[in-house]
Amino acid sequence: MMMKKLFTFGAALALTAGTAMAESHAQTVRMGTEGAYPPYNFLNDAGEVDGYERDVGDELCKRAELSCEWVTNDWDSIIPNLVSGNYDTIIAGMSITDERDEVIDFSEAYFPADPSAFASMSDSFDGTGVIAAQTGTIQASHVASMEGATLIEFATPDETVAAVKNGEADAALADKAFLEPIVAEDAELMFAGDDVVLGDGIGVGVRESDGELKEKLNVAIASMKEDGTLNTLIEKWFEGMKGPY
Amino acid sequence: MTCTDPESLHGIAWLACYLSSGKHMLFYSSFGTVLLLLAITAPVSLAFGFMGAMAARAGFAPLRWLGLAYTSVVRGVPDIVFFLFFVIALDQGIEYLRHEALCPGWTEPVRQGNDFIVCPEAKAPLSTAPQWVHEVYNFMLAVFTFAIVFGAFAANVLIGAMRAVPRAQMETAEAYGMSRRQAFWRILVPQMWTYALPGLSNLWMILIKATPLLFLLGVEDIVYWARELGGSKNPRFSSYPHGDWRIYYFLALLVFYLALTKVSEVGLGRLTRRLSHGQATAAGEAMRKAGA
Repeated sequence: MMMKKLFTFGAALALTAGTAMAESHAQTVRMGTEGAYPPYNFLNDAGEVDGYERDVGDELCKRAELSCEWVTNDWDSIIPNLVSGNYDTIIAGMSITDERDEVIDFSEAYFPADPSAFASMSDSFDGTGVIAAQTGTIQASHVASMEGATLIEFATPDETVAAVKNGEADAALADKAFLEPIVAEDAELMFAGDDVVLGDGIGVGVRESDGELKEKLNVAIASMKEDGTLNTLIEKWFEGMKGPY
Repeated sequence: MTCTDPESLHGIAWLACYLSSGKHMLFYSSFGTVLLLLAITAPVSLAFGFMGAMAARAGFAPLRWLGLAYTSVVRGVPDIVFFLFFVIALDQGIEYLRHEALCPGWTEPVRQGNDFIVCPEAKAPLSTAPQWVHEVYNFMLAVFTFAIVFGAFAANVLIGAMRAVPRAQMETAEAYGMSRRQAFWRILVPQMWTYALPGLSNLWMILIKATPLLFLLGVEDIVYWARELGGSKNPRFSSYPHGDWRIYYFLALLVFYLALTKVSEVGLGRLTRRLSHGQATAAGEAMRKAGA
């Protein structure tokens, strides 16, 4: 009798555990981000991923009924680690470009093509001289194609600003939304030269073979554009920016 | 004292709150990660080195070639290349083997263009696993990679040390009727450490300094957190805004590494004295005379 009871209990346990696993299996999505690009993504004082993309990502997961886990990864190796399967999405302020599109796929944009700006310590900056940008960004390839400009690359966006501050570079080129709070805080820094619009907006990067996930994300992004959630989040995180959707 | 409103705090109180933020706690625990890596990697590398040295001295030719190939190939490849290439290959190798074993019915290719895709059951660790499991897995990959690299150098040091044990010692052992195996374990191995120690202590120092390579392997080590915490913080995104403080954090790392190498030097010095005792070396002879 006891044996039988134990057996039934064990079987029930195994069964529930089995279904629970099968259910969560299809649904866990690991979200890869950099964690060093406020207001898009950064680590807050508690060391957790925070920012516009955290809010967008969590809302996307809720709408697409996925359970999501946030992972930080160095920007340099963020694409190789996606394609080798260490996480399932890149949600790290990554602009949609043709070059990247050859290697991975992008969802629809969840942030419009934002102008990039030059931050400099002198207002006489005219787009020539030494310009700092983060490695592997659209800004770095833009500087490389500029007449009379020398590109120096850094691993993190924060270091590009530090290079301007210590005189190593004449200006840093980065997303205006990233530079704006820094320039606002720092009396020595200012925007100089003309802004440039690069890329086709920011989308979620997924593996090319992951069409199903991309579809789910697209549906969720479309619904967030429709009901104004994306606009609200953009206005929350990007001071003075109107939601464009 | 509460840290709920850091803006109202000044001086020491502000600093105390700042240094005890959640992010700083992660920074402090990463020191533990580095020490744990050293504590595990050192004995594992030594074991790899010992096996490599034994293989390189083996009478059976293919085993000897294997041992020699291990020491010369791994020592010849730059560390950073090894860390970038080998770890990804190892991770994908493990997943591929699990894939073959666990998903026999899977028909799609594992390589699709740029993508490496195994069935969900074969992921290592499973993508449903909590984040700490992924971190432990990455850490284990790091330990294994460090152990292979440093094991190759240790093997070479140990081969040299085994050759340095005076031939007369082995001849005496054989004269007493010990077999090759007995002479190896009872005479050669106990005596070789005194010759191996200078080389091994060099390796230990280099291993300490190589730990920042952890970051390449996706383990958030002290250098990662120093860079993250030291970078300038904007008041809009942090309750503790500050400028570029990286220099202070890296100075703290400098002190940490110097302290660690100093402690190691003292420890290794003691070990050297202990191992020289009663040895047929100049140091052993000096100790014998001083004692007499």
